This record gives sequence, structure tokens and C-alpha cells, in this order.
Amino acid sequence: MFLRFTSVSVLSLAVAMGALAEERAFNPAISLILDGRFSAFDNETDYELPGFMLGGEAGRGEEGFHLGHNELAISANVDDMFYGKLTAAIADHEGETEVELEEAFIETLALGNGLTVKAGRFFSGIGYLNQHHTHAWDFADAPLIYRGLFGEQLIDDGLQIRWVAPTEIYLQLGGELMRGERFPAGGAGNDGKGASSLFAKIGGDVGESHAWQFGLSHWQADVEGRQSGGHDHGGGAAEIPTFSGDSEVNGIDFVWKWAPNGNATERNFKLQGEYFVRDEEGDVVMEDGSATPESTTYDGEQKGWYLQGIYQFMPRWRVGLRYDRLDSDNRGSDEDVLAEAGLDNEGHTPERVTLMGDYSHSEFSRLRLQYARDDSYEDSDDILTLQFIMSLGPHGAHRF
Amino acid sequence: MKYGLHIGLLLLGSFVSQSAFAVLNIFACEPEWASLAEILGGDRVKVVSATTAHQDPHRIEARPSLIAKVRRADLLVCSGAELEIGWLPMLQRQAGNRRVLPGQTGYFEAAAQVERLGIPEKVDRSQGDVHASGNPHVHLDPHRLLGIASALSDRLAILDKPNADHYRSRLDDFSRRWEEALQRWEDQALPLKGMRMVVHHQDWVYLFDWLGMVNAGSLEPKPGLPASAGHLASLRKTLQDAPASAIIYTHYQNPKAAKRLSQLTGIPAVELPYTVGGADEVVDLFTLFDVTLKRLLEVVT
Repeated sequence: MFLRFTSVSVLSLAVAMGALAEERAFNPAISLILDGRFSAFDNETDYELPGFMLGGEAGRGEEGFHLGHNELAISANVDDMFYGKLTAAIADHEGETEVELEEAFIETLALGNGLTVKAGRFFSGIGYLNQHHTHAWDFADAPLIYRGLFGEQLIDDGLQIRWVAPTEIYLQLGGELMRGERFPAGGAGNDGKGASSLFAKIGGDVGESHAWQFGLSHWQADVEGRQSGGHDHGGGAAEIPTFSGDSEVNGIDFVWKWAPNGNATERNFKLQGEYFVRDEEGDVVMEDGSATPESTTYDGEQKGWYLQGIYQFMPRWRVGLRYDRLDSDNRGSDEDVLAEAGLDNEGHTPERVTLMGDYSHSEFSRLRLQYARDDSYEDSDDILTLQFIMSLGPHGAHRF
Repeated sequence: MKYGLHIGLLLLGSFVSQSAFAVLNIFACEPEWASLAEILGGDRVKVVSATTAHQDPHRIEARPSLIAKVRRADLLVCSGAELEIGWLPMLQRQAGNRRVLPGQTGYFEAAAQVERLGIPEKVDRSQGDVHASGNPHVHLDPHRLLGIASALSDRLAILDKPNADHYRSRLDDFSRRWEEALQRWEDQALPLKGMRMVVHHQDWVYLFDWLGMVNAGSLEPKPGLPASAGHLASLRKTLQDAPASAIIYTHYQNPKAAKRLSQLTGIPAVELPYTVGGADEVVDLFTLFDVTLKRLLEVVT
């Protein structure tokens, strides 16, 4: 319960514990993100990422005019102990409007001692970009390594505990126990506690003009029947590559931001990079509905990194450059089956160079033009994307 | 094993925070509140300011270093009225420090202690980035500032009861010196009454209200939007009919727009300190008003 003060005069001052921020703001806060795009591809081939079993929302998106990641988010402090948030992503898939529950979580506010517990469905705390909503990304699409490993972003249902150390330097430690049903886990193994993670972040300032953060992440899952889009070679019954076994991801991430005297309004620069490596061991079965589907043992490693720089050279205008690179080494008892499952890297090293320019009329609206030279697979593609991202309603603070 | 490590870290945490409790750790969102907290707390407080006079308090990133500072704070002293809405709530949610959450004794909003000006009748983004709770730049009225000082002193006494007398006597000393200075400033500022000023952003509402000065227009077409050539041209027209004495801006705002309009109109552009640290001579709240008045008076005389 907040005390309310509408006009406490200077003469009759009381000790006002009230918080104006809450006084007039809508409760709950409802915010809407509008995201529309136009894309042009040079290449009509179906998208693939050799060496990676794609899942989740992985792909290069649609061609022509289409809707991007429209989100409706409702959030509020439930009481003095809990904060709650629900984010629904509304997207069109092949003419059908689908509502996906992207986030639905509660978070403690007042445990104190640096401890916070989050429960429900949320973006995993691993990596740097993973916890940022799509609309806060500096490019229209995810880095290739996020596409390859997480199906764009790692979201799961479960419990997260994190702790901030009471030290000069910022140090956060966190862990998660999750259901493990969604890609890149699958099957909700271990009685619905199939995935877990650990992460640590450390960060600080250097002088007034520089801020940095460095992170380490670990994620693992008991995967039971993770299905991937795989390859549709046309004709015949569709075979769905299905993986069961152990999966483990380790990663490092860093971000460095510069703004003259710490004033980012005029000019600022942001350099960010992440590296992830995934090790998997188990079996891949090509489910085709028959009693004896093809299968192979599978022992694989997929890794990759990206590095990107974003420069705001004057108010409203930013330019960015990103480089992506992936690599994989997958082995199994039957190379042909591995290849059908998309796990043969075909001797190709996926890479991509992306250029971006955007204009923000205010902090609530952004127009973006992006060009990518995409060598995800053997046929090079030139991808041009025009995008708008607009934010309506009270829009909360962004993370670092 | 994991639990053992965790408990160990917790113990370490409580040890560190207790040893730091010898003095009150104060996290001030802006330099003016850092300065006020230092004056009122003396050697009983350790104050850090989240921002400097070079930074726009509307636009601060929820940096890791700030999360670490909020984590260790016993008291946050901020302007409030949504000035920090783009970053402070994120710091509070990330830091896991319940002492400094809204509604707690460890969260002090200066704007909540006084009557605010510029409460909009309509909150609509087409009007720019307006603050629903009114204009948050309350420290530029020295009368309001005195009221805020008294409320902040009370808060320090609640948080650190054994030293309540210490805070009371420091407040008395500050109030006496402030009232003397206030008398001097008001005498000095008589020629400023009725002066028309072009502002960069609506930072000066309380200063104008105190001195009886008049806002002749803003360089920002809407609050939070950068000045455009078209807007400057229309401002120039307005100023031909109703001239202004000066165009004022502050350190963290790009001086280009103010200087351009100055060239177009011949009206002098004046940089005001806005907060502590906003000019070399501005080392505390007293010199903030000394320098502000000096620079304004140079324009009219």
C-alpha cells in the first residue's frame, strides 16, 4: 500500500514515503510493440544451416511484406513482494494468427540480501542477448549462433534464482531449473525438470565514459525426442529428425559501451560479442511413422560466435555492423542419416555479414534498414530488410 | 556442496553489508541530491551519485556498476516524478535490495515532498515525453529545496536513530545559511523579474516560478524530441513579435540548437549549470544558485 501525496505543501511537510512513479501510472502497465517488415531475398532455396538441427522459430523469415514480432505485455507489481509479467507474441504463420505465450512469470521484489527468485515462463539468463526482447535487438534478426542453438532465443518454464554480491564491482550469480520441453531441449525429461543452467555476470565502469559486462553461461538438458524441422526432400513420407540424449551448452559473452562523459544522448558506441559451444551425445531417429525408422548414434559439437558494433553518430541515427560465424563437427554410426537430419556440415562454414542503419524519431519509434550477405549455406543470399518497431503505452526500463 | 557454497556467499554478503553499515550508504540519482545528502549527513553518510552534471538524467542506462551501488545502498535519494523511470526501476528490480524499494523508508523521492508544477491534463505521447506526475526538476526552486532538505533530514534520522540529533543540528545549520543566502539571491534577482527566456528543455520551470521569469519557448519541439530546423524557424518568428532576453541550455544538452537560434535572432545563448558540477565553480547547492543568478544577471545588465 503506497501512501498518496497529491499536494504536500512546502510548509506542511510530512515524511512522505510515497512514490510518485506509482501514483499516476496505469496499473497494470500495458505495453504494445508493433513490428512490421519487408524483406527481399536473392535466393529461393529453403533455408538451412548445415551442421545444425533447426528448431523453434529458426529461419530467415518470410519474403515480402510481413509482420514481425508483435508483442502485448502486461506487467505490474502484484503487491510489495511480487512482480508479475505476461508477454504474448502475436505472429502470423502461413495465414494463421498464432498467439504464443513468450513470458508469464512472477519475480520476487523484497527477498533482500541481493536475492531474487523468478518463476514461470521466462527468457533464460544465459548469454547476453537472450534476455533482451526482440524489439530491443540492434538487428532485425538473431545472431546465427542463437538461431542454430536456441531456435532464436532460449525460453523455458521453471525457476530462476539469482544473487547480486554486495561488492564494489557488479557480480551476479544465477541458476535455473527448467522443464526442458521447448527447443533446444525436448520431452520435458527427468519428470519435467529436464534442463538447468548456471550463469555469472561481472561488470563495472571504467571512468565516466565506459561501461562493461562479461558473462559465463552453462546450460544442460536431458533431451527426450527433440524434433527439428530438418530437411524436406520432397516426395515420400516426411521424416522428422528426432534427437534423444544429453545436450550441453557453454558460452561466454561480453558487452562494452562507450558514451562521451556517460551521456549517451548525442553519441554512443556499443560493442558486443558472444561465443557458444554445444556438445550433444545420443541418438537421432528419422521418425516417419513406421515401426522401424532409420536411426544413427550421434556425437556432435556445434559452435559459433558473433561480434557486433553499433554506433549512434548523432541523435536519432545509428549504424551497425555484425559478423557471424559457425562451425560444427558431428559424428555418428550412419553418416547418411546424420546428413538427412541436417547434421552434416557439407564442408561448409556458415557465416554472415550484416549492415544496419536505423532512425528513431523518439525513443518509442524506430525505422530500420538492414542488409545481410548471408552464407549460412552453400548458396549465398543477399537479404534486404526494412523494419519498423514502435512501442505504445508505458514502456519499462531496458536492461543494460 | 552447492548449498554450502551458497550459504557461504550469503554469510559473506551479510558480513560485508554489516561492516559497511557504520555509515549510511546513500545512492543519489542526481548530483543535487548527492550534494544535499552530504550537507545533511556529514561524516555519518557515504554518498554516491548515479549521474553527473554531464549526463541527461532522463537517459541513463541501467549499468552493472549502478546495480552494484543500489545493492549496497541504505537509502536512495532521487527526484522522482518519473524523471528516472527509464532506468531506476530496472536497477531496483535487478539489485535485490528490499530496503530501497518504493514505499520503503530507504526510498526518498524529492518531488513527492513538494507541490509540483506542470502536471499535464492529458498524458499522450504525441505531446512528447511528458511526466504524468508533473515537472520533476524541483531542485531549482530554493524554497522547495529547503522543504525537501527538512524531509530528507527527517528520513536520515529515521534510518539512523542513534544519530538523530546530529542530523537535526546539521539541518538547522543548513537552513539558517540557506535562508540567509535566499534573502541575498532574491535581492540580487529583482532585475530578472518578467524576463523572457527561451529554454532547451523544460528544466527551468521551478527557477522561473521562483524568480517570476517567463518561458518564451522551447528548443525541443516536444519534450524529449531534438530541435529541428523547421522548429527553430518558427521559434524565430515568434521571437520577432515577442523578443526574449536569453536562450538557456545546460551542460548535458547539445549547445548547437541554442547557438543556431542565437545566430538567427541575436539573442544571447547562456549555459547555466543546472546542477552541482554543471560549471567549474559550482561545487555545492549554494554556488549552484550563485552562478545561475550571476550568469542570468550578466545578460540583463
